Amino acid sequence: MKTTLIATTALLSLTAFPALSQTVGISIPAATHGWAGALNFHADRTVTRLQEANPDMTFVLTTTSDPGQQVSDLEDMVATRNIDALVVLPFESEPLTGPIQRIAESGVWVTVVDRGLSQEGIENLYVAGDNDSFGRTAGQYFADTLEDGAKVVVMRGIASTVDNERVAGFEAALEGSGIEVLAMDHGNWNRDTAFNLMQDWLARFPEIDAVWAADDDMAVGALAAIDQAGRTEDMFVVGGAGMKEMVQRIQNNDPTVPVNVTYPPAMISTAIEMTVLGLTSGAPLSGEFIIASELITPENAADYYFEDSPY
Amino acid sequence: MTTATNTLTRRPRVNLTVIAPLVALLVLIGIGMALNPNFLSWANITNVLARSAFIGIIAIGMTFVITAGGLDLSVGSMAAFVAGLMILSMNMLTESMGPGLPVIFAGIAIALATGLAAGFINGILITRAGIEAFILTLGTMGIYRSLVTWLADGGTLSLGFEMREMYRPVYYSGVAGIAWPIIVFAVLAVLGEITMRHTAFGRHCAAIGSNEKVARYSSVAVLRVRLATYVLLGVLVGIAVVMYVPRLGSASATTGLLWELEAIAAVIIGGTLLKGGFGRVWGTVVGVLILSLIGNLLNLTDFVSPYLNGAIQGVVIILAVVLQRNTGAAR
Repeated sequence: MKTTLIATTALLSLTAFPALSQTVGISIPAATHGWAGALNFHADRTVTRLQEANPDMTFVLTTTSDPGQQVSDLEDMVATRNIDALVVLPFESEPLTGPIQRIAESGVWVTVVDRGLSQEGIENLYVAGDNDSFGRTAGQYFADTLEDGAKVVVMRGIASTVDNERVAGFEAALEGSGIEVLAMDHGNWNRDTAFNLMQDWLARFPEIDAVWAADDDMAVGALAAIDQAGRTEDMFVVGGAGMKEMVQRIQNNDPTVPVNVTYPPAMISTAIEMTVLGLTSGAPLSGEFIIASELITPENAADYYFEDSPY
Repeated sequence: MTTATNTLTRRPRVNLTVIAPLVALLVLIGIGMALNPNFLSWANITNVLARSAFIGIIAIGMTFVITAGGLDLSVGSMAAFVAGLMILSMNMLTESMGPGLPVIFAGIAIALATGLAAGFINGILITRAGIEAFILTLGTMGIYRSLVTWLADGGTLSLGFEMREMYRPVYYSGVAGIAWPIIVFAVLAVLGEITMRHTAFGRHCAAIGSNEKVARYSSVAVLRVRLATYVLLGVLVGIAVVMYVPRLGSASATTGLLWELEAIAAVIIGGTLLKGGFGRVWGTVVGVLILSLIGNLLNLTDFVSPYLNGAIQGVVIILAVVLQRNTGAAR
């Protein structure tokens, strides 16, 4: 069924109405934190590239700061821009599932990015990072490097499915390693919150061997607090998502920041490129495309450093 | 107003109204001492006081605005915007002038001037164009938040490495072991309290908030005083940013998120009336400390699930206000 749909879409564009320009709608969250900022950067970059390569195509890029606005944006896209394909990173799964389902049923190609919908089988293509592997990779590093009985603290993100999956992966990797998790709390992917949280943990625990700050913005806050307390030598910090400052520190063999775990915001590029490829070439592209989280080490850090990216 | 009447009629109850925030603060400190021996350690006390300084400095200005019957929802976004602009211009100046103290002074001047200008814009539109303060500042809140996101290109603005190292001591060091933000906060709090209690400006604020018409008939320059409260708040936002930037050396779209609500909550917990007419700066300081202490206590214990942090804060805010209002309502 899905393949037929691509085939028809492709045929429509290539043979039946060759002159008809196609419209691709892209809806992503606004740049409210570093990772989303990079998401916007990569979306912009990809649209510019594809626009040059396909002058006939029209791209509609909208950014939203809440689920309600995103629903309105999607309705506008269908009603006024007559889109042929939609690339969407749902702000939240539940409220967006219905509206996206209606768009898919109207025959528009739907690519969902990163945050899955709450019902299966709606989207044609699903492109996402692997949150379980994001946590597991960090946890595996802790289990491999730290000794039995080592003490760690964990900074979680904003309470959400993404955060729960990451923490579950992390905890699964630590199982049986004898590492003790002293405390776990939400730093909300925010530098200032993480700074305060780390200050309080440093006051509370005389011994901390490592910090898992499940995002590099939080790692920045945690590192500043550790530095202030003069305990930089005592512990290391593992963040995540590959912020360029962190990658640089890894490259310089900084003992406090030994590794990092990727969760590439450039996955939006993957999604847009694949969608346009499907529209233009007719190659079968439905299914799931999961981008693994990788461990950034001093050896491979150069591959993960993007000079121009804001993140 | 309310308090004035109470002073005449029911002395013991009034005392409860006045000391309610202090009691709440002492109760929190007591809980802290019981829960964790590190609570009263020098490091923890300095941490809590220093991190309270940003909201605290802003809340002092907010006390005047609210006392005069106004409101400013834009301060959190304004702080983020001022911080972003300050970092950007300092980075540019470093390129042209080279790193050094002049860049820091220029950055501080820019922060204060931007704060002043932003406060002036809020004030002039509210007083001269007659736009409701709530709506106008809701608008500027969105504007400043978008501007900082735009300045940062959706990412984070970071101060150059050399300047960060040079500017860092403004947050982290101080005099006799007391960090600069704490000193600045304390000095501003004392000045604020004196201004509110013992100057014509302070009394005019209360008069306007209490009854604008009567104030006007009493030849108070209502519009000018109102405008001055917003300008004062803007400058204080600038000062808060001057203290904030050296901490992490960065600003992003999430900087200062919800600061406006924390500042307003602190002002109200401290006993200032939300409808205006009566304000006290020392109460605001206590309110700020109460809010920071709740966060600190929750981090120092596993007592409640982190999911419930917000709920605990909400309960304490409501309790602190109920405690004071009870006497007023019974009048």
